[in-house]
Amino acid sequence: MKKGLLGIEALTTEEIQAILDRARHYKPLERSGQKLDRLRGKTIIHLFYENSTRTRTSFELAARRLGADTLSITAQASSVQKGESLLDTLNTLVAMHPDAIVMRHSASGAPHFLARYLETSIINAGDGTHEHPTQALLDAFTILEYKPALEGLKVAIIGDIAHSRVARSNLLLLSKFGAQVVLCGPPPLVPPELARLSPRVSLSYDVDEAIRGADVIMMLRVQLERQNEPYFPSAQEYFRFYGLRLDHMRLAREDAIVMHPGPINRGREITSEVADFPRSVILNQVANGVAVRMAVLDLLLGPDQPPPPIQ
Amino acid sequence: MLLIKNGRVVDPAQKLDAPRDVLIGDGRVIEVAPDLRARDAELVDAAGLIVAPGFLDLHVHLREPGNEHAETIESGARAAAAGGFTAICTMPNTDPVNDNAAVTQFIVETARRATVHVFPVGAISHRSQGERLAEIGSMRRAGVVAVSDDGRPVMNSRLMRSAMEYSLAHGIPVMEHCEDLALSAAGQMHEGVVSARLGLRGISGASEDVMVARNILLAADSGAHLHVTHLTTARSLEMVRQARARGVRVTCDVTPHHFTLTDEDLVNYDTNYKMKPPLRSVADVAALLAGLADGTVDAIATDHAPHPGSEKMQEFELAPFGIIGLETALALALERLCHSGRTSLSRLVELLSANPARILGFKDRGTLAPGAVGNVTIFSTDRQWKYDLNQSFSRSRNSPFDGREFRGGPEITIVAGRIAWRRS
Repeated sequence: MKKGLLGIEALTTEEIQAILDRARHYKPLERSGQKLDRLRGKTIIHLFYENSTRTRTSFELAARRLGADTLSITAQASSVQKGESLLDTLNTLVAMHPDAIVMRHSASGAPHFLARYLETSIINAGDGTHEHPTQALLDAFTILEYKPALEGLKVAIIGDIAHSRVARSNLLLLSKFGAQVVLCGPPPLVPPELARLSPRVSLSYDVDEAIRGADVIMMLRVQLERQNEPYFPSAQEYFRFYGLRLDHMRLAREDAIVMHPGPINRGREITSEVADFPRSVILNQVANGVAVRMAVLDLLLGPDQPPPPIQ
Repeated sequence: MLLIKNGRVVDPAQKLDAPRDVLIGDGRVIEVAPDLRARDAELVDAAGLIVAPGFLDLHVHLREPGNEHAETIESGARAAAAGGFTAICTMPNTDPVNDNAAVTQFIVETARRATVHVFPVGAISHRSQGERLAEIGSMRRAGVVAVSDDGRPVMNSRLMRSAMEYSLAHGIPVMEHCEDLALSAAGQMHEGVVSARLGLRGISGASEDVMVARNILLAADSGAHLHVTHLTTARSLEMVRQARARGVRVTCDVTPHHFTLTDEDLVNYDTNYKMKPPLRSVADVAALLAGLADGTVDAIATDHAPHPGSEKMQEFELAPFGIIGLETALALALERLCHSGRTSLSRLVELLSANPARILGFKDRGTLAPGAVGNVTIFSTDRQWKYDLNQSFSRSRNSPFDGREFRGGPEITIVAGRIAWRRS
């Protein structure tokens, strides 16, 4: 990771492993709340053009725990309202010499477009329907808390695959490490071309088939607005065919875990019984987000020598 | 008078490919013969160069009236001349839309001062809104050579049927951008592996094919001349081939960028690769090249679409569709068709000159026969050069070909017997 983190696609397994190892190092800080000085004197701008609770909070916490100065800008509060272009806004921010810009944007490729023109490191906190690299990293980190390795795992990703940056980043990361990924959802929301990105990725329109023998079940949020487009007939039919219920869990491996990037819609894509059941790791994902984002910021902006052990 | 000496004249309309001199006077070709002499004539030395009937671009956007910051009739015409085009058709999606004789007259009047001939294309429907017919007859009288709702294709099949019947009566083709807007809604690039990987909404090949199919069926019933502009898919091309074999009056053009680039060239969300129709698959490009060679494709047109940098320097999904293309068309055609051995030079001239003139029904263009309009494109087939976008005559800079190395390109452009542009 020389400059920024735009996506999982460009990362090697070694780079990903380094992030996961560093995250494991920082994980104990989760409870102590101890602050480090790895990024003292560094300034990180969080620029969010889309609403986000967990990702932004998680990035800000991570930056502060490493001792960085942070500031947060949301699109509503910026000059976007005055018609300023994205590049002009970024140039203005860059003129204040931040060390990194963490950015979320509704347009696929927005951070990639900016990275072509700016010297400052850009960290992609989700771009449109493209990638959400830190989510995939924290998902891998979470899986590895329950499974010895990613290789050989069967991971079912279920829901609106087409519009999911979480699904894209996850399938890229998991397939790089040798996991089998099954993408499942209503046919119009599962682009067949995604299966051509890796021989380890397959498609299914049948939840039972996708879940059978799975080690990990990753549910995606279904947006109600999608009902207005011809992707699926109704929320009821969606839930009937693609909602995750407790009885589905019998098909999965008995130690299978259930994940969800949040925010969850109970009763729309997942029942409360599954969301709250013992092998649901949804809240662990949230907690791990901080350690993983600390690792990313540290490797990107911190000193070259590894951090000292955490007490 | 103007005398072009020592060139190799390639005029497929006369089945001519031989060393000849060309004499032009009063804006018309007087004679094409070996070793011509004319007292008082201005001499143009075309030694080592190809002398062809002037190129005609069926599909150009000049942005005037309304968006003169992107292009004017004058600046676009200068870019055309620098690209070897002696005549261009300007699309009606200006502001206001060219949907009535007053706008047509404005364009015709303004274009009198332009360096190349400019032929307006009128809208099919009022404001190109696809609801009721534009005043096609009045626009025809004022000078339009075809009708098109380019960019906002006619979705209403009944309106399209009427437009075809009406255009047939007025003797002009219906030139259509074929796209089912519901199928392509919110699309950003060709639907395929690359769009899936980049997370950009796809524009399927089928969104073009279903409209090509519909328009061919309506043309077959009405007897109208359908011209499918900027055709991009293998399936659409096959439908054109079959329809023509059945006797349907259908012609088509292909752009240089669509026979040169594919969706795989779109990397890093560079908006200079964003256009409609989108860059298609490798298989589609192979089919287009085959169609250019075997005669199924009638013409090469640029779809020159200027947009200011401020609009292209944006998030991919916000940037407008289109690239400029007048100055690189000939060089790309030479590269992809002639240097690669796919077609002869004569076929290239047919695609850029003879056939576009035939599609618009011009008897005195697209050839250097005596009496024809004195438009001549003189070009090299071997000069090494590099496209420098900053030197473009266009007011816009949206091209993916900046810095591309070429072999052969325009040298001298002659419009009505006068030198409109000469390489400096």
